[in-house]
Amino acid sequence: MRKKLLTMPIVAALLAIVLSGCEPLMVLNPKGPNAETLSNTIILSIITMAVILLVVYLLLFFMLKNYRASKMGADYEPPHEAGNHKLEIIWTVIPILIVSFLSVVTIYTTDKVEKKPEGYGNKEALVIYASSSEWKWHFSYPEEGIETVNYAMIPTDRPIEFRLYSFGTIASFWVPQLAGQKYAMADMLTTIHLAADHEGDYWGRNSNFNGEGFADQEFTVTATKQKDFDSWVKDVKASEPALTEKEFDKLLKPSVVGRSSYSSTHLSFSPAPMDHKDMMKADKYTESKKGSKTSDQTEHDMDDMDEMDK
Amino acid sequence: MSKHNNSVPLEYSTEENDLKIFGFWVFLGAEIVLFATLFTVYFVLVDRTGSGPIGADLFELKPLLIETFLLLTSSFTIGLGVHAMRLGRVKPMIFFYVITLLLGAGFVATEVDEFLHFIHEGATIQTSAFTSSLFTLLGTHGAHVSFGLLWGTAIIIQVVRHGINARTANKAFIFSLYWHFLDVVWIFLFSFIYLKGMM
Amino acid sequence: MTLEILFSPLKEPLILGTAIGILVGGIAMIAGITYFKKWTWLYKNYFTSVDHKKIGIMYIFVALIMLFKGGIEALLMRAQTAVPQNKILDSNHYNEIFTTHGVLMILFVAMPFVIGLMNVAIPLQIGARDVAFPRLNLLSFWLFLVGCALLNISFIIGGSPNAGWTSYFPLAGIEFSPGIQNNYYAWSLQIAGIGTLATGINFVTTIIKMRAPGMTWMKIPMFTWSCLITNVIITFAFPVLTVALVLMTLDRQFGTKFFAMTDGGMDMLWANLFWVWGHPEVYIVILPAFGIFSEVIATFSRKNLFGYGSMVASMVIISLLSFMVWAHHFYTMGHGVLVNGVFSVTTMLIAVPTGVKMFNWLLTMRHGRITFTTPMLYALGFIPIFTIGGVTGVMLAMASADYQYHNTLFLVAHFHYVLIPGTVFGLLAGYHYWWPKMFNFRLNEKIGKVGFWMIVVGFNVTFFPMFILGLNGAARRMYTYSESTGYAPLQMLSFIGALVLVAGFASLVYNIYYSIRYAPRETNGDPWDARSLEWATHSPVPEYNFAIVPQVSQLDEFWYAKKEGRDLHAGKIEDIHMPNNSGAPLWMSVVMGLLTFFFIFNQFMIVIPLAVITLLFMAYRSFEIDEGHHIHAHEVEETERRMRGDR
Repeated sequence: MRKKLLTMPIVAALLAIVLSGCEPLMVLNPKGPNAETLSNTIILSIITMAVILLVVYLLLFFMLKNYRASKMGADYEPPHEAGNHKLEIIWTVIPILIVSFLSVVTIYTTDKVEKKPEGYGNKEALVIYASSSEWKWHFSYPEEGIETVNYAMIPTDRPIEFRLYSFGTIASFWVPQLAGQKYAMADMLTTIHLAADHEGDYWGRNSNFNGEGFADQEFTVTATKQKDFDSWVKDVKASEPALTEKEFDKLLKPSVVGRSSYSSTHLSFSPAPMDHKDMMKADKYTESKKGSKTSDQTEHDMDDMDEMDK
Repeated sequence: MSKHNNSVPLEYSTEENDLKIFGFWVFLGAEIVLFATLFTVYFVLVDRTGSGPIGADLFELKPLLIETFLLLTSSFTIGLGVHAMRLGRVKPMIFFYVITLLLGAGFVATEVDEFLHFIHEGATIQTSAFTSSLFTLLGTHGAHVSFGLLWGTAIIIQVVRHGINARTANKAFIFSLYWHFLDVVWIFLFSFIYLKGMM
Repeated sequence: MTLEILFSPLKEPLILGTAIGILVGGIAMIAGITYFKKWTWLYKNYFTSVDHKKIGIMYIFVALIMLFKGGIEALLMRAQTAVPQNKILDSNHYNEIFTTHGVLMILFVAMPFVIGLMNVAIPLQIGARDVAFPRLNLLSFWLFLVGCALLNISFIIGGSPNAGWTSYFPLAGIEFSPGIQNNYYAWSLQIAGIGTLATGINFVTTIIKMRAPGMTWMKIPMFTWSCLITNVIITFAFPVLTVALVLMTLDRQFGTKFFAMTDGGMDMLWANLFWVWGHPEVYIVILPAFGIFSEVIATFSRKNLFGYGSMVASMVIISLLSFMVWAHHFYTMGHGVLVNGVFSVTTMLIAVPTGVKMFNWLLTMRHGRITFTTPMLYALGFIPIFTIGGVTGVMLAMASADYQYHNTLFLVAHFHYVLIPGTVFGLLAGYHYWWPKMFNFRLNEKIGKVGFWMIVVGFNVTFFPMFILGLNGAARRMYTYSESTGYAPLQMLSFIGALVLVAGFASLVYNIYYSIRYAPRETNGDPWDARSLEWATHSPVPEYNFAIVPQVSQLDEFWYAKKEGRDLHAGKIEDIHMPNNSGAPLWMSVVMGLLTFFFIFNQFMIVIPLAVITLLFMAYRSFEIDEGHHIHAHEVEETERRMRGDR
C-alpha cells in the first residue's frame, strides 16, 4: 500500500512522458541563447529538486517500513523524543545552502536574459515594437518603416530587441523557443532581448488571459537569413499599403484577425509609452516642475520618440 | 461568569470587558493595515495627476489648521472624559464626551467644506488617479469620524440612562481608543498628505 | 435593466440545466426540512446558535456543498479541454467557470473548511467554554454565507464574473468588462472578507486570552498554534483585500481612476494589492493544514511531535515571509534584475522552514507505532505529493525560469500540487479526525480509505500531465486549442483523472450516509486514543465543553493524564456562564446581502434605506443588555452523569 503511495507520482510521470511521445518539450528545445539559458536553468533546478525529493521519499519509506504498528509488537510503547538539535541544524543549513546556490543561479541567469545576448559581435540589435490589442499583436519595425500583424520576421544570428506595450489589457509576450515571457502593458514599455540561432517558424502567443478571444491570440516569429530578411522588408515596403490612422483604429477594435502587412508603422501617429527606466526619470521631471500643473505624458512620449528616430 | 476584579479600572473589570478591550486592540491593528494600504496607494499615485490639478493647487492652510485644531482638541477632551469616568463622575464625563463629539462634528463639517473647495477647483474623485486616491484616503478617515459621531452618541445616551457601570465604562473606554486612533491617523494625513503636498 | 438581460444567462442550456439543478436541489431540501418539521429546530439550534461547535458544523456543511459546485466546474473545464476544438463550453462560459472555480475553491471551500475546523477544535483544545466573541462569530458565518450566496446567484441572475479569480485590471475594469458581472466579484469577496476579518480578530483574542490555566505558550497544541498564526495573518492581510476591492468598486461603479488606462491610473497597482493579500492567503489556508498534520501524525504514531519548538518557529518565519514575496506573481512585468532577485530569494527561503516541518513530521514517525487510519493516510499522502508541489515552487521562485513557467499549466499543476495535498488533504484529515468529536460516531474506515486512494490516484493523473503540458507551451485559461499543438493525449488523461477525483470526493458523501446509518456509536470521548484536550471531554461535546476547566501542566496534558491515570476533571462543579443565542446576526446579514445585491446593480435608492437598517442593527446591539445565562451546577452534573452513563 505505501509502496503504491510512493510510486504513484513516478508512474504518472513515466506515463506522461510516454504519452507525450518523443518530441522534445517546447521550453526544453531552445533555438536561441535566451531560451537556452532558461532551459539549462530549468534542467539544473529539476535535477537539484529531484535529489531533495529522493531524500524525502527514502526517509518516508524508511519510517513506514520500520515503524508500522504491525511490526512493533503489541506492547511496544514509543518513547518521548523532544527533538534533536544536531539534526535540526543539518536540515536547516543544507536547505539554506541549496537556496543560496539557486539564488546565485537565478540572479546570474535573470541578468543574462535581460541583457542583449552575447556572441554576435558588434551587430546592433534590431528593434521591433510588439504591441498587443484585443486579441492580436502588432509588430512595428521603426528602422525599416514597416508593420505586420500577427507575424514577425527576424534575421538569424543577430540580437533582436522587442519593445512591448499594450493598447488595452495586459498581455504576455511569449515565444517559448526563443525567450521567456514579458508583460505588455498600457502605461509603460518593457523589453525582451533575444536572438535566433536557427532558421525556422517559432510559435508565439499571449499567455496572459485577457478575455474572450484570448485562446486565439497567437503569432509566428519566422527567423531567416539576413539576406532573406532584407528582401522581405523590401517586398513589404514596395507592395503593401501604408497603415493609416483610420485603418489602425479599425484594427484595434476587439477582434481575432489574420496576418497582414503595411508599408508604414502606427508609431508616427500613436507613439509607444515610455520605458520603465525613463518613467522613473519622468517622475523626477514632474517633481521639479511641480506647481506648473503640466505633466502631460504624451508630450513627453513624443520627445522620447524623436530621440529614438535619431 | 462576570467576576468583578477590583484591582483594575472598571472598564477592565469583568473577563468579558477585558476580552473586548483586547479584541479592539487587535481590530485597531487591522485598521492600521487598512490605512497603511490607502497611504501606500496614495504615495504610488500622488504624481500621476493626468491633466488634473496637483496637491499644491488644492490644499489650503486655513481649513487644514481648523481641522487639525478641532481633532487634536477632541482627542484631549475625550481623555478628560475617560479621566472623569475613572473618578466615577457622571456629569463631567458626559460633558467631555459631548464636547468631543461636537468638535468631531465641526471637523466633519470643515472637511465637507474643504471637499467642496476641491471640487470647485476642478478636482473630483474621477479627475485623475491622484484625486481618486486623495478623496478615498481622506474620505475613509472622514467616514470613520462620522461613524464615530453616531457611535459616541449611542454611548452617551447609555451613560445618561444607566450611569457609569462596568458595561458602559467598557464601551466608553473602547470608543476613546477608537477616537485617539483616528487622531493619530489624522497626524499622518496632516504630515504626509497636506504638508508634503504644499511644500 | 430589463428582466430579459437580467436572466439572459439562462438562455444557455448548460446554465439553465445547472439553474434547474440548484432550484430542484434547493426545493427538495426546503421541502424535506418542512416535511420533517425541522425549521424551528434548525433556527433555534443552528441558525441562531452562538455555540462554536455548531457554527463550525455549519461552515463545514457549506464548504462541502461548495466543494461539489467547484468540483463540477473543474470537471466541466477538463471535459471542455479533453479534446481539441471542443464545443461543450464557449469562451465566455469557460471564462466564467474558471473564475468562479478559483474564487469558490479558495474563498468558499478552503476558507470555510479551515474556519469550520478551527471553530470545532480550538476552544476545546485550549480548554475554553467558547470563543471570545460568540455572537460576532455567528455574524462572521452569516456574512460568509451571504458572500457565498451572491457568487452563486450570479450564475443565474446577471452572469458570473469572468476576469479570472485574480481579476487583473484593465481586463476587469468597466471598459473591458462592462455590465455587472464583475461587480459580483468585488461584493461577494468584500462581504465574505469582512466576515473572515472578524473571525481573525475573534480567534486571535480567543487563543491569546482564553487558554486553560497552565497552558503557557509552549504547551499549546500545534493545531492551535498554527491557527493563531493563521488568524494573525488574516488580521493583517484581509484589510488589504478590503481596500483593493473598495478601489475596484470605485473604479467600476463610480468612475475613479485608480487602475484606469487614462488620467494617471496604474493597472499593475491592482495586481500588487491583490497579491499582497493573495499570497498570505495561501498560507492562511495551508498553515492550519500543517497544524492538523502535526496532530494527526503525532496521534497515530503514538508519539509526541518531534521538534515542537522548531515547528512553531518555522510557522512564525513562514508567516513573516508570506508578506514579503507577493511580487513573484508577476516577475514578468519587467521590474529589474534586483527586484526580481530579491523576491526570488525571499520566496525560495520559504522552502527552508517548510523543509524543517517536513523533516520534523518524518522524525515524529521514527520509533513510533504507526497505524494507518483514514486521517493518517491523508497525512502520509500529503508528504510525498506536497513535496512535489514544494520543489516545483522553488523552481517557480527562480525569476529567470519563471519567464517560461508563468501563466502556463506548469503553474496550474504546481499550485494544485500545493493546495490539494496541502490544504485539501489536511482538511480531509481533520474532517475524518474530528468527525467523532462533532458527532458521536466515526466515519467508516473502509469507505474512507477507498476514497483516499481514489483521490490520490485521480489527483496525480489529473495534474501531473499539466507539468508536461506547461513545459510544452500550454497556457492556462485557454478554453480550446488546436490539434496541431499535440496537447490532446495529456489533456484527455487529465480529464480521466478528474473523473476519478470526482468519484473520490463523491465517496466522502456516501460515507456520511453510510456511517449515519451503520456506524457504531462511540461510548468514549476519545476514539483515537489521542493527545490533546478536545478528547478529554465527551462526544458529542456538551454546550459548556468542560464541566470543570482542566488544569494544564505540560504539552499533551490529556495523554499523560491518561497514562498516569489522573482525572483531569477533579473538583467541584459550579454554575457555568454561557452566552445567549441571537437571531440578529442572521437578519443583519440578510439585510446586508440585499444591500450588496442592489449595490451590484447600481440601485442606490434601495441601497440607502438598507444601509440605514444595517446601522439600526448595530444600534440595537449597542443598546441591548445581554448578560448571557447560567447553566446551574445541578444541570451540569446531570448532563455529566448522563454522558458518563453512555460510556
